[in-house]
Amino acid sequence: MSVDSATVRRIAHLARISVNEDEIAPLQNELNAILAFVEQLNEVDVAHVEPMTSVTPMQLRQREDKVTDGHYPNKIVANAPLTEDHFFLVPKVVE
Amino acid sequence: MNATVDPKKLIKGATGDWEVVIGMEIHAQVTSQSKLFSGASTEFGGDPNDHVSLVDAAMPGMLPVINAECVAQAIRTGLGLKAQINLRSVFDRKNYFYPDLPQGYQISQYKDPIVGEGEVLVDLPDGQQITVGIERLHLEQDAGKSLHDQSPTMSFVDLNRSGVALMEIVSKPDLRSSDEARAYVTKLRTILRYLGTCDGNMEEGSLRADVNVSVRRPGEPLGTRCEIKNVNSIRFIGQAIEYEARRQIGILEDGGKIDQETRLFDPGKGETRSMRSKEEAHDYRYFPDPDLLPLEFTQAYVDELKKGLPELPDEKKARFIAAYGVTAYDAGVLVAERAGADYFEAVAKGRDGKAAANWVINELFGRLNKDGKDVTSSPVSAAQLGAIVDLIGEGTISGKLAKDLFEIVWTEGGDPKEIVETRGMKQVTDTGAIEAAVDAVIAANPDKVEQAKAKPTMIGWFVGQVMKQSGGKANPQAVNDILKAKLGIE
Repeated sequence: MSVDSATVRRIAHLARISVNEDEIAPLQNELNAILAFVEQLNEVDVAHVEPMTSVTPMQLRQREDKVTDGHYPNKIVANAPLTEDHFFLVPKVVE
Repeated sequence: MNATVDPKKLIKGATGDWEVVIGMEIHAQVTSQSKLFSGASTEFGGDPNDHVSLVDAAMPGMLPVINAECVAQAIRTGLGLKAQINLRSVFDRKNYFYPDLPQGYQISQYKDPIVGEGEVLVDLPDGQQITVGIERLHLEQDAGKSLHDQSPTMSFVDLNRSGVALMEIVSKPDLRSSDEARAYVTKLRTILRYLGTCDGNMEEGSLRADVNVSVRRPGEPLGTRCEIKNVNSIRFIGQAIEYEARRQIGILEDGGKIDQETRLFDPGKGETRSMRSKEEAHDYRYFPDPDLLPLEFTQAYVDELKKGLPELPDEKKARFIAAYGVTAYDAGVLVAERAGADYFEAVAKGRDGKAAANWVINELFGRLNKDGKDVTSSPVSAAQLGAIVDLIGEGTISGKLAKDLFEIVWTEGGDPKEIVETRGMKQVTDTGAIEAAVDAVIAANPDKVEQAKAKPTMIGWFVGQVMKQSGGKANPQAVNDILKAKLGIE
């Protein structure tokens, strides 16, 4: 598997990362090197191996349905560049 | 479902008939105290960003921990939809950027949902019943809420809803008209409310629908579909489908083709319109959420939840028909809300089921509707209505006076038996008194007596006069019999 320059641009856009035109070719090379490295895994036959989801044999931990958190709107918006009445303010997005 | 086409459901175009094909994704908010992956409250409303934890705000380093009750609610719902329950399911990240989604992804279930295929039986207004296939049900997080009308240049974001558990219930494309779609959502809502897994409150956004609509010539393969996002009332669902089907037919008949796209319904204009901004964003790059292990539980756990399920509307309807002799239609009306069904049963127990159904549906539900009240806040209790039904059954009061009595109990309360006694509402069955009244009416109207002899249906007028004289208390059957004898009418 390898990526072309159009795919590099698309991935960058989807991740909202601004990439200059002269960075595209080096990024494409780097990504393809990573993909080639990972592709070595295809050499192993895993047809009869259960996918591993955890290094220790454990199950998803579940919690009780209780309200134990929240009620600190000051903390929630503390880092926001712009707020009003504990709302986050963002440049207008409207359908 | 594709085998037969009901000609009544086709839409007439300029160049022939069209069949509309509808599938729905219903987002139902799970009834729980706290959120799917955090301990913040799910309560509706609240001050801005007050029901928000650092997990919901996606602060770095925060980890999701699943709410066991939300899992149980999804399983209960799956059982209520007669669906396959998957003992192992996986949470995935659905990636997209939007200001009300601080994580930059929604935790959802993609390839391995908690619930698989099931079905819903839907009664249509014309008495027909259809089976709508359920494709899947999965658990996911709700997003926050953006307000756009507070400022000309800024949107206001409130994350109170962010992270609340939703069940996305996906139907198969089995619906063929806006009526069917409305009936399906209504039935699904009833089932969820019976189960107690979603309150079904559409005004508060607890139940929202994405509607997939396409059209085709009968018998042909499926056409290209458009998805109408976030329709939040059953009436709007019907309107959106009607508009969208006709829009697509118009394009196709003019030789155009349908672009697969996401559209919004504008309730003010009754139109759907393209939602351009999301067109390019349909690359969600799903992958398993590395913060969450697969969700696993045992069949024994599922069985235990199954034992705790209430009687569901279909079973209750069948039992009402069998046990109380009510019609299928009336049974359907009675079971639509669990509280209404319980009320009916309290009235019907040990009484005439048909009379009870009649009083609950026509008088009680009608009166509740008129006052915009809920059956749980009915001023007339089931015991009081039962007493009224008893009084009619015993022949103590006439049907007409019973309606007056119902109104008195509704506005003033009190024991119906006592009210009948103290206000002299008892039906007069004393033939002597009725005979006197009949004689008086006959004596006062010799011309009408002549007419009645030629035209026996005139007797109705006499019955009315006698009833009027008796203040509605005379037994109408006795009045009728005595009149017939006195007037010499067979």
